[in-house]
Amino acid sequence: MSKKENKNVENSQNTWHQITSENTDRRSALKKITAGLVAGVGIASTSCSVFSEDHEKEASQMSWDEFFKKNYKIMSDEERVQTIQRLESLYEKKTGNTINISHQGPMEDVLYGYVFNISKCQGYMDCVNACIEENNQDRDSQMQYIRIHQIEKGHGFNFEKAEDNYYNEVPANNHFYIGTQCFHCENPPCVSVCPTEATWKEKDGIVVVDYDWCIGCRYCSASCPYDGRRFNWGQPHVPEEEVNKNQHYLGNRLRKKGVMEKCTFCIQRSRSGQNPACVDACPTGARKFGNLLDPKSEIRWILENKKVFRLKEDLGTEPKFWYYMD
Amino acid sequence: MKVFIQFFKDSLEEVTSGSRVYHLWMAFLTLVMLIGSYCYYIQVDQGLIVTGMSDGVSWGLYISNFTFLVGIAAAAVMLVLPAYIFKDIDFKQAVLIGEGLAVSALVMCLAFVVVDVGGPANLWHVIPGIGVLNFPNSMLSWDIIVLNGYLFINITIPLYILINVYQNKEPKKNIYLPGVFISVFWAVSIHMVTAFLYQGLQARPFWNTALLGPRFLASAFAAGPALIILILTVINKFTLFKVENKTVNKIAIIVAVAAQINIIMLISELFKEFYFPTHHSISAHYLFFGLEGKTALVPWIWTSIILNVIATVMLTIHKIRTNKKFLLVACIILFIGIWIEKGFGLIVPGFIPGQWGEITEYTPSFIEIGVTVSIWAMGAFIFTVLAKTGIAVETGKLRFAKK
Repeated sequence: MSKKENKNVENSQNTWHQITSENTDRRSALKKITAGLVAGVGIASTSCSVFSEDHEKEASQMSWDEFFKKNYKIMSDEERVQTIQRLESLYEKKTGNTINISHQGPMEDVLYGYVFNISKCQGYMDCVNACIEENNQDRDSQMQYIRIHQIEKGHGFNFEKAEDNYYNEVPANNHFYIGTQCFHCENPPCVSVCPTEATWKEKDGIVVVDYDWCIGCRYCSASCPYDGRRFNWGQPHVPEEEVNKNQHYLGNRLRKKGVMEKCTFCIQRSRSGQNPACVDACPTGARKFGNLLDPKSEIRWILENKKVFRLKEDLGTEPKFWYYMD
Repeated sequence: MKVFIQFFKDSLEEVTSGSRVYHLWMAFLTLVMLIGSYCYYIQVDQGLIVTGMSDGVSWGLYISNFTFLVGIAAAAVMLVLPAYIFKDIDFKQAVLIGEGLAVSALVMCLAFVVVDVGGPANLWHVIPGIGVLNFPNSMLSWDIIVLNGYLFINITIPLYILINVYQNKEPKKNIYLPGVFISVFWAVSIHMVTAFLYQGLQARPFWNTALLGPRFLASAFAAGPALIILILTVINKFTLFKVENKTVNKIAIIVAVAAQINIIMLISELFKEFYFPTHHSISAHYLFFGLEGKTALVPWIWTSIILNVIATVMLTIHKIRTNKKFLLVACIILFIGIWIEKGFGLIVPGFIPGQWGEITEYTPSFIEIGVTVSIWAMGAFIFTVLAKTGIAVETGKLRFAKK
């Protein structure tokens, strides 16, 4: 493996320019307000009117149903299928392309866990890039679920001295690397604090978010000791040709502005028996994923034979994410 | 029912007529609100990206003001209790002004939460029945319940008193007194629950302290009554409603004691953080001295502490406190000092440094400031309307005329 340069780029200033130029142009803003009002009235009238075209009526009916749907957690199977069909056909109407949204539930006798070998990680950040592509993360804000911390040797695990956005060649001399992401705690504070139960722990241990139920209060992100959550501060944007069309309702389907999102252990992959994208992308084999309830799994072997530890264990959150060294 | 309709008609007439100063004041508030609405429109259109907040500091000016105003709302009503115990103060007056202030502060609180969320259109998700409220696990759901309950209580009690006075009837003490007492205890709960929002987070050591709730109460008991003294002065100057000097003096004693307790608690906190600094003292270190050359909050917190100390000393010295002019100055200083302390001094440093030690600083954007100022204008607008109606009824100007 040759040394690679990190493709971590600074946040683009473009969005800010867009906003400021928008501010100054009052006329266009007024126009937008009126357009918004007209559209609102339009939705209401087309869904009631007998004269409007059938397909228009159907689309506005669909947006209406989408807005007033329930929390995914308490939906019946039938309702889940309905919302998925609506989302798929709304996407097709908008872009002409088809997507496939899965609602596959947790498998029996499965509890996912993750281990990270600190000795092996070299800071290439292939995991980060694979994660972004797999999970349709906002390209404008360069959202990343995984952080790779570059720490100088000789200070132990001193995260305060770590460089989280490094631009040097890796592996840097006299440094080691450690990755963090959502730890899918058994006792997740983010789930307790959510006022609308828009985030919860699935039976297989994955902590998920219902993006359509989240109100965007960000209490979960304040409560997370591990910086596991990301908020869509602006309208997320993924170029159409880069959209991963293979999606899961609780995973990588496209998000909207003002909602929280996070690592889901690539639920769309893991529930169909694959590894999360970061595990497969890692060129050094530092990342291992598996079923904690399967005594023959590799992750169980590591947990039983290596001297593993977890971060901030004193907080009582019981992460399902362990570290070890060779 | 007829009385109600007539009452609203009469009060509408009352609030739409007044002196030139009154009209100018209301026009100014309306202008500020319009500008703020435009700022909020931009925020809804573009998302919260137009604010200064980020994944590093994910609550800012809005939640700071929310926290501060919960204190004002609570203190305004808790003032009623001492007023009742002291006996020699016109109890009804204290109730009316205190609860009017509480209502305005609460509406502002709710507005600050609404502008802070990413999906205001989805807020119906918290309504039990059609949505899902995560009760009792989430402290935020407790807060939603206590704040709305408190708002309900504080609208009904003054309304009951006013509607009776309006009809020339004596409001029955055994009807409104229990309500007042519930409201006083409820006031403690809104404050504690709001403190628990932060206090319960093990991820943020800066907030994760048992002193947070009590210190909220102390600072609110200082800032809230200080604001009431200022308001009473304005009311005395511009209306026929006369508040006696001894009322103001009694309130000033409450302010003084609360400000002293607040300072004692501050000293206790500083001692714990800096006598033997642990890893958990790092946010306090950032707040008071800065970290790695990043010092955005340092001038704010020291300004706040200096203002607090000066005001407390002024209020403690009997001669200064009983001098009207000095008292007003002390109240203004204290109010500003505590506003900074509860905002930039409490909410923002909780996020700095982040969970992995990264330091992201926070500066509110102009849009955020615009929205914030306009919500304050809305609060002032609501209070002016409520106070004007209340005073008109109390002074006998507004009465039910049987036709």
